[in-house]
Amino acid sequence: MRITLGLDSTSLTRRYPRLAILVTLFMAFALPLGLYIAALAIFPLNTPERLDAMARQWFGVELANSPYRYPVYALFLLLVAFIAVNYAAVFGGASTWVERRVAGRMQSRIGPNRTGAAGFLAWVADAVKMVLKEDTIPASADDLLFRAAPYFSMVGLLLPFVVLPFGEATVVTDMNVGVFYVAATSAFVVVGILVSGWASNSKWALFGGIRGAAQVLSYEIPAGIALMVPVLMAGTLSMQGIVRAQGGWPWEWFVMRNPAAFVAFFIAVTSSLAEGNRTPFDLPEAESELVAGYHAEYSGFRLAIFLMVEWANMWIMAGLAVTLFLGGWQVPGITEETYKSALGSGLVPSPLWFVWQLLSMFIFVVKTWALVFVFIWLRWTLPRVRVDQLMTLCWKYLVPGAFLCFIVTLLWQLVVPPVGMTITGIAFTVFALLLLVKFLVDMRRNIDKVKGDRVDLSNW
Amino acid sequence: MAIDMQLDRHILRRTDSSDEEIVVNFGPQHPSTHGVINFVTQTNGEVIRRSVPDVGYLHRGLEKIGEMVPYPGYMPFTDRIDYLAAMFANEGYALAIERLLGVEAPPRAKYIRAIAGELCRISNHFISVGTMAQDIGAATPLTHALRERESVNDLLEELCGARLTFNFHRIGGVAFDLPTGWGDKVLRFLDHLDSYIQEWDRLITFNEIFVKRLANVGIITREKAIDYGLAGPNLRGSGVNWDIRRDMPYGAYPDLDFNIPVGAGRFGTLGDCWDRYFVRVQEIVESSKIVRQALAKLPEGDIQAKVARKLKPEAGEAVGRVESARGEMLYYVVSDGSEKAYRLRVRTGSFMAMAIIEELSHGIMVADLIAIIASLDVVAPEVDR
Repeated sequence: MRITLGLDSTSLTRRYPRLAILVTLFMAFALPLGLYIAALAIFPLNTPERLDAMARQWFGVELANSPYRYPVYALFLLLVAFIAVNYAAVFGGASTWVERRVAGRMQSRIGPNRTGAAGFLAWVADAVKMVLKEDTIPASADDLLFRAAPYFSMVGLLLPFVVLPFGEATVVTDMNVGVFYVAATSAFVVVGILVSGWASNSKWALFGGIRGAAQVLSYEIPAGIALMVPVLMAGTLSMQGIVRAQGGWPWEWFVMRNPAAFVAFFIAVTSSLAEGNRTPFDLPEAESELVAGYHAEYSGFRLAIFLMVEWANMWIMAGLAVTLFLGGWQVPGITEETYKSALGSGLVPSPLWFVWQLLSMFIFVVKTWALVFVFIWLRWTLPRVRVDQLMTLCWKYLVPGAFLCFIVTLLWQLVVPPVGMTITGIAFTVFALLLLVKFLVDMRRNIDKVKGDRVDLSNW
Repeated sequence: MAIDMQLDRHILRRTDSSDEEIVVNFGPQHPSTHGVINFVTQTNGEVIRRSVPDVGYLHRGLEKIGEMVPYPGYMPFTDRIDYLAAMFANEGYALAIERLLGVEAPPRAKYIRAIAGELCRISNHFISVGTMAQDIGAATPLTHALRERESVNDLLEELCGARLTFNFHRIGGVAFDLPTGWGDKVLRFLDHLDSYIQEWDRLITFNEIFVKRLANVGIITREKAIDYGLAGPNLRGSGVNWDIRRDMPYGAYPDLDFNIPVGAGRFGTLGDCWDRYFVRVQEIVESSKIVRQALAKLPEGDIQAKVARKLKPEAGEAVGRVESARGEMLYYVVSDGSEKAYRLRVRTGSFMAMAIIEELSHGIMVADLIAIIASLDVVAPEVDR
């Protein structure tokens, strides 16, 4: 049976070219923006008390003592979860397109450009294709574990979304142990990797699974210690608390305010690259060594879940680094009082509040995408390290380095007054700007060396 | 299948295996074995106890075919011996038969052979260093290498109509003269190539991770390289200064001036994977020099010596050896006076390189095995023929 979906370039979109552009624009902008706005509208209401107030004010229903209170709240939570899961899926999909286009640009080829305008719908087509494929389970595999493994990974991907703040008010819940929670739940991904490697009953998958387990567990340690540095500086484990302790300007970010935090930022990012199995640490699925590693035997929807986890994890990695070190959603020049005064006392805040909220979300999204781009560049530039080099890097350099950062931060917090931190912040900001200028100058020179950059927009 | 199981048992009998160890078939379908080769590998976790190459999946009986078809008719078959560097396979066979017949190609043909051969070497080495980077985990250098190789293939396509299996050489000459304006195109490409190699080195050759992955891995000492009969860049990577083009000159090479890059142990020990890799990168530059010189000195004249339509060499034997991209390529032909060879034997660099893999594989990591295979530039059809 031939299934026509209208998404391939040979049918609907070719007949109606404008439809392709419309669908692309919808998928690329309206869908994520809709998710952001839905999150902004719904996440702040995410407590039973607020729901009670809403029910009282808008529907005249007294929910507080009703037996339906918690079922209603549970339904509401499902809605919240639906938004978060969809955001992860949309980001995971769209980032594959971004990655493939960036990689194509770096490798002097084009990348996907057929499905939808600029090939943006390639990820939708891929997802649809994978869902339609047969879900093969090897005869000798451990059936139950083999089927379950992708969901372990997915749980590990989705749980950190609970505390990841997208904006001043846009967070599912602001746990007071947020950082600890992220470190604990993101390690769930490795359960999926290990279980899939074991259950596939394939030697390649087993290699990948064991590599993944060793790698992720080792890198949890430097990552965990490096994440303690902003915790020490903010004096709280809450993600929102850490963001509030920073400011909008670069010299108010934690990464700039303390030399140890500057180092800890790089340790944290390196470790999260290793935990997310991104090049140069993509050993569990090293294509040239292990064919496909832990997901060698997977196909169809289960493979799609593994791939979604891999790409959507970039958002967690980048978002976490932005939240803890790069000022999170903080907008330059806007203080906490601005949000408070715009919020007002009523159930529905003033329109200005929504503007500030959207602005803060925009800042967070821009910073996170910038970091995601860096991850993509690294992936398409660097070779892969070997297993023993990976462990050497972790245990001999990153773990002691992270400990040192931890101790220096302790002393720094005790000794240096806030003025000193601001001076350090400005000094590091200047340093970072100089690095940026050098980067741009080098880039210019390299482009000149090959006699100009050639962008061919004819087949974009 | 049967041979795999035999090898499995063979390994397991020879070593006291414990439950910790597993036997993995690295191939025949594996992205990094560079063709259908199987490395039956016994590993204890990431550490390899030993890895035995199991060759023969691509055996097409090419030497036997050489005894079944008339001499000129075998030329297209030689393309298939080494499809990444088919010019040398052509040239070696042509040389052997020319020596058997006692004819010599005219000077212009010799120069055209040198130009085509060195362009083919550039094309082959780009594949080699590109797949090396790919096997180490960097995806981008391979596509850049393939882009440069495409330019060479375009040039060679203009020259002889084919991009991979050239069938360009003829016994006593070459099939076509250079097309009009082709030399300028080649020079333009070489200008680009010389500056591109610097970009390539910045991108991957001196990349910290790349160097760390290759230095001190798969060390082949000078003595071991000679003992195992390694050839070409694999031999020179171990510091042995031996090149057929200079030491047993043929064709136009005596008139041309070029260096023979040898390994120097720059980042590790002499004869490690990085040395073999870097020899190839340097050879690209040297080949570019040779092509420039040959184009400048290109003599006028015929491109084909006078050879009878039906070749019936006198009974006897002859050897044609050329410096192929993968080392010395040797054709040994025995004639019984008929129009087909009595015996044809081909010696290739890849086959020699396969033998040393087992010796190198003791106690290395799985990822190192991939690096070693890539650094030896093994091509499956050349191994099996």
